[in-house]
Amino acid sequence: MLETVMQLSLVLVTIAMIGFVYRLIKGPSIPDRIVALDAIGITLVAMIAILSMLLRTNAFLDVILLLGILSFIGTTAFSKFLEKGEIIENDRNR
Amino acid sequence: MSLLHLAIFSPFLMAMLVPFFYKGLRSIHTGWFVLVLPILLFTYFLGFLPITRNNQAVEKSFDWIPSLGISFTAYVDGLGLLFALLITGIGALVVLYSIFYLSKEKESLHNFYVYLLLFMGAMLGVVLSDNLITLYMFWELTSISSFLLIAYWYDRERSRYGALKSMLLTVFGGLSMLGGILLLSLMGDTFSVRELISQAGELNEHPLFLFAMILVLLGAFTKSAQFPFYIWLPDAMEAPTPVSAYLHSATMVKAGIYLVARLSPIFAFSGYWFWIVGAVGIFTLFWGSLNAVKQTDLKGILAFSTVSQLGLIMSLLGVGAAALHFDALDDNIYTAATIAAVFHLINHATFKGSLFMVVGVVDHETGTRDIRKLGGLLGFMPVTFTIAVIGAFSMAGLPPFNGFLSKEMFFTGMIQLLELNIFNLQTWGLLFPILAWVGSVFTFIYSMMIVFKTFSGKYQPEKLDKKPHEAPVGMLISPMILAALVVVFGLFPNLLSYSLIQPAAAAIIPSLVGPGEKLSVHISHWHGFSTELLMTIGVVALGALMYVTLSKWIKLYTVFPGKVSLNNLYDTSLYAAERGAYSMTKSYMNGFIRTYLVYIFVFFIGILGFTMWTENAFTFNQNNLAPIGVYEIVLVVIITAGIITILMAKSRLTSIIALGAVGYTVSLFFVIFRAPDLALTQLVIETVSVALFLLCFFHLPQLSRHEERMGFKLGNVLVSLGVGAMVTLMAISAHSNKMFDSISSYYVANTYEKAAGKNMVNVILVDFRGFDTLFEISVLAIAGLGIFGMIKLRLSKKGEEADEN
Repeated sequence: MLETVMQLSLVLVTIAMIGFVYRLIKGPSIPDRIVALDAIGITLVAMIAILSMLLRTNAFLDVILLLGILSFIGTTAFSKFLEKGEIIENDRNR
Repeated sequence: MSLLHLAIFSPFLMAMLVPFFYKGLRSIHTGWFVLVLPILLFTYFLGFLPITRNNQAVEKSFDWIPSLGISFTAYVDGLGLLFALLITGIGALVVLYSIFYLSKEKESLHNFYVYLLLFMGAMLGVVLSDNLITLYMFWELTSISSFLLIAYWYDRERSRYGALKSMLLTVFGGLSMLGGILLLSLMGDTFSVRELISQAGELNEHPLFLFAMILVLLGAFTKSAQFPFYIWLPDAMEAPTPVSAYLHSATMVKAGIYLVARLSPIFAFSGYWFWIVGAVGIFTLFWGSLNAVKQTDLKGILAFSTVSQLGLIMSLLGVGAAALHFDALDDNIYTAATIAAVFHLINHATFKGSLFMVVGVVDHETGTRDIRKLGGLLGFMPVTFTIAVIGAFSMAGLPPFNGFLSKEMFFTGMIQLLELNIFNLQTWGLLFPILAWVGSVFTFIYSMMIVFKTFSGKYQPEKLDKKPHEAPVGMLISPMILAALVVVFGLFPNLLSYSLIQPAAAAIIPSLVGPGEKLSVHISHWHGFSTELLMTIGVVALGALMYVTLSKWIKLYTVFPGKVSLNNLYDTSLYAAERGAYSMTKSYMNGFIRTYLVYIFVFFIGILGFTMWTENAFTFNQNNLAPIGVYEIVLVVIITAGIITILMAKSRLTSIIALGAVGYTVSLFFVIFRAPDLALTQLVIETVSVALFLLCFFHLPQLSRHEERMGFKLGNVLVSLGVGAMVTLMAISAHSNKMFDSISSYYVANTYEKAAGKNMVNVILVDFRGFDTLFEISVLAIAGLGIFGMIKLRLSKKGEEADEN
């Protein structure tokens, strides 16, 4: 029962991811794509969680945590890039 | 290491000392110190005469590279000794002459004598080595020292041209010779000449025999300036005259002669040898003398005359091979050619050496060597004139000088060919005496030109830079000694016959000379009214007539335009080779990385495809495949979509984001294929690299930010499809061909047992195979330092730190 539910959820999450990928490809603007990428990250978290349940392992819990952090950092970096044109301002270097 | 070896190496040791003499004792001409050595060596080598007289030989060996069978075996027999005496004797005379020829103040004498001594040692090594590899080493050393000597006045363009030309040609020949030597050693399993000679019969049957012979002959012909490789010799006349006298008349150009003579016992039984050596020699004789007549530079005449005389000796050596086809020594008249070759070798060294020195004297005292400017010097330089007459008349083959004797013997050798009926000589043999005779006529003409155009005729003081006068005595000693030898050998030829000529000739045709036997060498001035004498009379008569009418027919030479000369062929082919290589390189090295990548990938496809095709390597084995799940298919769809987006994207930012998506999907693959560590790392690295891509994107120059789709190029598509297909095919084949099980079971069993860890990937990384990790850490460190260096270190072109901006 649980297995079936998991597989079903995985399919649903995958469909959601395909939708995000469509948005990522289609755009039309860069922020659209970035939001899509962020959402893909979160979907990945879900996907990996379901997968680790299916695979009956807790080895991927680190991956889930890391994905959460990275997806945040990545989105922030992209946003900062879009806003300021650069990610790390180097005026402290002078 | 024996005294003999020390004698051979002594010029090299002396060459090391020369700069000290030059710097330390400036007041004395360096040549005086150098002069001692060749005199000592000459007397030392004279001591071998009683041994070689009886066809005995001295052999001293010392190991050089014993594991490869290379030793330095010094071997003194008649032939080697003859050359050693020529090298040291004429070497001493040339050094003496150069003391007066080269000024102590103006010239860099240390260079000159170092090069000259190097050459002398190398030449002694060539003629006294029994081991072919040692011989080759010394052979190349003569090429190099000759190159240095020709370009002695290196600030002149012509000197450098001549040096380069002679270097290219002689080294080309030397390398061919090395090939021949290696083939010989392959056939005979030894580098020793004498051991090869003892197997001569078997070598003749060997399939590689002809190749070895041609390669060795290439070496000999280039060194000895035979047709068509003679072209370097006239250009080598830019060297100082003592060098021309020593290297380019008496010694180095005879190295090829020596090689042919030395290897005759191995090759000479073959008909190819007879024809190649004989025909090339006789044609060189004819061609060289023909060309000598049109020269206007005295050294040019002498250069072509050297070419022609070397051809004479070479043809005699070739023709001398005929003797091997007749067994009995007693009435074997065909040995005459070999004896004539040896005799003329000695004669040529004497008269040509003296003639070069005469030309040097004339050059030194008048400032020119152009026969159109010279004339009427008889009154000023009587001694020089006398020497020139002796040398030139000997060269022309007039009695009572030694050239007459060897020329008669030369004609004898050539006429005897008419009676032979081997190697198609009935049909073609007549060419030999005819070419020989015509060549001799021209030899007569240019010999007369040297004497009479220089010393008689009208004195033209307005064309000369200085007022001519007789040379200093010191400068005349050497040519006088050589001229005296010309006369002495001419009047008493039998002084030489059993001391030098017989042993040398016996070394050239050893199979005919049994133990205790000797070749009969009898040279006499008068042997009745023979055909040879009539030929000589004809030469003199026609030659004199043609010399008198020279101004009428000299224009015939201009009929042949300069463009069809061999020199022009050399120049244009060198130029064409340079241009060709340049344009070839230009055509494929176009500077675009894109093109190079296409080459790399096309070769990748080509080579792998060819191998898979010819080896029939493609297999598809379905046994070992895992079932494909739904997630995998979905992920493949996603990753494919991402990749297509990268390719099709209009803006770079889209490409970067899509690349990030691909990277994350890969990490998802790692998850479903159960590789948590890889997934972790992949995620982090993907994020960092996407950030780095963004950084690069930001720093792109404003101008070239083309926000447009990548152009479509059919070639690129085909190449990339090919690479993809190739890799896929290879992966499928590799997977289908697994020969044995993985070794991973060991790790599974021992990760905790032996390494006290439960994470197998990490245990492998730091324990089982920690070395790889160490160096990957180094790679990261290098990359980090490199990036830091690239960003921080901003050097301008001059190497100073530019202002930080």
